[in-house]
Amino acid sequence: MHQGIPLHYFLILSTLMFFIGIFGFLTRRNLITILMSIELILNSVNINFVVFNRYLFPHELQGHFFSMIVIAIAAAEAAIAIAIIINIYRNFRSIEVEKVDEMKH
Amino acid sequence: MEIHGYAFTLYILLIPFLLFIFLGLSGHRFKPLISGIVGSAGLLVSFALSLITAYRYFFTSLHGEDGYSAIIAMNSVWLRLTEKLHIDMGILLDPISVMMLIVITTVSLMVHIYSIGYMKGERGYERFFSFLSLFTFSMLGLVVATNIFQMYIFWELVGVSSYLLIGFYYQKPSAVAASKKAFIVTRFADLGFLIGILVLSYTTGTFDFKTLTDPAGPAVTHAGGATFLGLSIITWSLILVFMGGAGKSAMFPLHIWLPDAMEGPTPVSALIHAATMVVAGVYLVARLFPIYALAGIPALNVVAYVGGFTSLFAAVIACTQLDIKRVLAYSTMSQIGYMMLALGVSGYGGHEGLGFMASMFHLFTHAMFKALLFLCAGAVIHAVHSNYMNEMGGLRKFLPITHITFLIACLTIAGIPPFSGFFSKDEILAAAWHHNKVLFVVEYLVAGLTAFYMFRLYYSIFHGRQAHYHHTPHEAPYVMTIPLMFLAAASIFTGFIPFHNLVTSDGMHLETHIEWGIAIPSVLIAAAGIAVATVMYRKESTLPARMASTFRHLYTWSFHKFYIDEVYLFVTKKIIFRYISTPVAWFDRHVVDGTMNGIAWVIEFTSHRIKGFQSGQLQQYAIVFVSGAVLLILVFIYLLY
Repeated sequence: MHQGIPLHYFLILSTLMFFIGIFGFLTRRNLITILMSIELILNSVNINFVVFNRYLFPHELQGHFFSMIVIAIAAAEAAIAIAIIINIYRNFRSIEVEKVDEMKH
Repeated sequence: MEIHGYAFTLYILLIPFLLFIFLGLSGHRFKPLISGIVGSAGLLVSFALSLITAYRYFFTSLHGEDGYSAIIAMNSVWLRLTEKLHIDMGILLDPISVMMLIVITTVSLMVHIYSIGYMKGERGYERFFSFLSLFTFSMLGLVVATNIFQMYIFWELVGVSSYLLIGFYYQKPSAVAASKKAFIVTRFADLGFLIGILVLSYTTGTFDFKTLTDPAGPAVTHAGGATFLGLSIITWSLILVFMGGAGKSAMFPLHIWLPDAMEGPTPVSALIHAATMVVAGVYLVARLFPIYALAGIPALNVVAYVGGFTSLFAAVIACTQLDIKRVLAYSTMSQIGYMMLALGVSGYGGHEGLGFMASMFHLFTHAMFKALLFLCAGAVIHAVHSNYMNEMGGLRKFLPITHITFLIACLTIAGIPPFSGFFSKDEILAAAWHHNKVLFVVEYLVAGLTAFYMFRLYYSIFHGRQAHYHHTPHEAPYVMTIPLMFLAAASIFTGFIPFHNLVTSDGMHLETHIEWGIAIPSVLIAAAGIAVATVMYRKESTLPARMASTFRHLYTWSFHKFYIDEVYLFVTKKIIFRYISTPVAWFDRHVVDGTMNGIAWVIEFTSHRIKGFQSGQLQQYAIVFVSGAVLLILVFIYLLY
C-alpha cells in the first residue's frame, strides 16, 4: 500500500504524546501547563484518528472529520479554560492548582 | 326538614369570626378604644340576629302537633371520608340551641361592653377583644353543631380560647400555670369524649344529631346489642361522652381547673367560666338527651350522681374561700352540678321531661345571674385592687350600683321569689323529688349552703368593718355599670319566661306549676342560710372564727378544697411522673435517642474517614481516575486474552 513511515511509528508517537500529556497533567502545578498537557493528550488522539483512517480505511473520511471536530472543541475548551484560569487568578492571586481547593468538604 | 329563611343565622357565627381576624391582625393599628367599640358593635349585630332567630323560631314558625322540631338552617359536607362517613358543618336550630344562642350573645355582648371599661389601659387590649370574639365564635359554633364531630371541633376551639384568655396576663406565672392546668385537664377529659364519639358513631353509623337523637333511630334501637362489664356499648360511650362534658363543666373529679382559671381577667371569668363554656357539658348531655334517657339509663344515673355530689362538694368549699372570684367559681360548679342533676333525674317526653326543661331553665337564668355576679366582682376588684374579701368591707357606700345589682344577683342565686333563680331551682327540686329522694335532700342542703355562702360574700364585701383602702374606692364608669343593670334586670325577669312551653325534651308543651310543697321549704332553707350569714358576717364579730375552730376539721378540709389538688399532684408527680414518666423518659433518652445518636455517630465517623477523598486537589482526582482507567484496561486485557 503505502511506502514510507510504517503505522506503528505513528502509534508510538501518539502513545508517547499521550503519556507525556498524562504525566504533565499529574505533575505540573501551573494551570496553564496543565492546559497544555490536555492539548497534548487531545492531539495524540487526533494523530490516532487520522492515522487509522489513512492506513486502514483510505477511501473514507470519518477519522479526518472527527479530528477536525476535536480540534474545534479543543479551541473552544482552551478559550473557556483560559477564562476560568483568569478568574481563578483574580480570586486567588495565583494559578497554582494546589491552592485552588476551596470546593472541598 | 330543610326550612328556608334561616340562612341569616350564619352571620351570627361569621361576625365574631371576622372580628377575631380583623382585631387580631390589625387591631394594634388603631387606638385601643376603637377595637373595643368595634368588637362590641359586631356582637350587638350578632345579638340582634339571635333575637330575630329566637323570635322567628319560637313565635312565628308553624309548629304542628309534634311541637318544636329541629331545623337545619344550613348544612354542607365538610370532609367526605367515604361515601357513608362524612363530617358536615352546619347550623341546627332547635329549642336548646336557639336558647343557647340567646344566652351566649347576650352575655358576650354585656361582657364586651363591660370590658371596654374594665380593661382600659391594659396592655394587649385589642388582643383581649380578638380572643373574646374567637371564643364567642367557637361557642356559637358549638351550640349550633349539626353533628357530634362539628361539636367536637368547636369544643376544642372553645378550650383553646379559654386557654388563651386564662393566660391573658402571660407575664404572671400563676396565670400561665392556670391556663396550662385548664387546658390539660379539659384535654384529658376530651380524650374520653373523643373515644365516646368514636364508639357511639361506630355503633350507630352516624355522626348526625338528628339521627342519633331520633327516638326511633339506630342509637336507641341498637342499644340492646353487645355489652361490656354489664353495660351496653351505647351506655359506655355515653359515659365517656359525659366525661368530656364533666371536664368542660368542671364536675368532680375533673373540676380542679376552674378555680385556678380565675387568674384570667374578670370579664373572661364571667363569660367563659360562669355563663357559657362551662355549661357546654350540660348542653352536650342535653343535646344527646334522648339517647341518655332511652338507651343509657345507667349513664344518666352517673350524670345525676356526679352532678349532685359536685353541687354539694363545691358548695361546702365555697363557704370557706376568701378569694371572692374563687367563691364564685365554686358556686358556679355547684350550680352546674344542679343542672347536671336535673338532667340526670329527667325522663324523655311528656311530664317525665320536667328535669330536662328545669335544667335548661336553670342554665338560662344561671348564665344571667352568674355573669352578673362576676361582673360585680370585677367592679369591686376594679375599685379596691384586691381579690380577697378580708381586705374589703363596708363598700356599699362607695359602690351603690354594684351593691344593688350584687344583692339582686345574690337573692336570685339563693332562690328567693320572685327572682328568676327561684323558678328554675324550684323546677329542679320538683324533678328531683319525683325521681330520687336522696338527691332531693342533697339539693335542699345545697340550697341552704348557697344562700349562706353568697350572703357571706355579700356581707363581707359590702357590710362589716370598713377596710383600710389606699385610696377611696369609686364606682365603676357607666360603660361597666350599664351591663350590670341590664343583667340585673335579666336576673329579675327571666324567671317569667314560659320555658315549659318553649324548651322541653321532646319539643312538646309541658304543663308545670309551682309545687308549693317543695317551693316553700326551699325558700325557708334559703332564708335560714341568709339569716345565718347575716348573724355571722353583717357586723364584725368573732362568731365566724369560733365556728371555724368548732368545726376545725371540716373547716380545714373545706378551706383546702378537700385536698383534691394535692391528690392530683400526688398521683401525677409521685406516681405517674416517678414510676411511668421517668422510666419512659429514660427509655426515650437512652434507647430511642441512643439509637439515633449511634447512627449519627457512625455516619460522622465514616465521613471523617472518607472526606479526604474530596480534597479539592484536581491532580489527586486525576491520578485516581487515570489509575482506575489503567486498572480497567489491565482487567479487560487479562480477561480477553
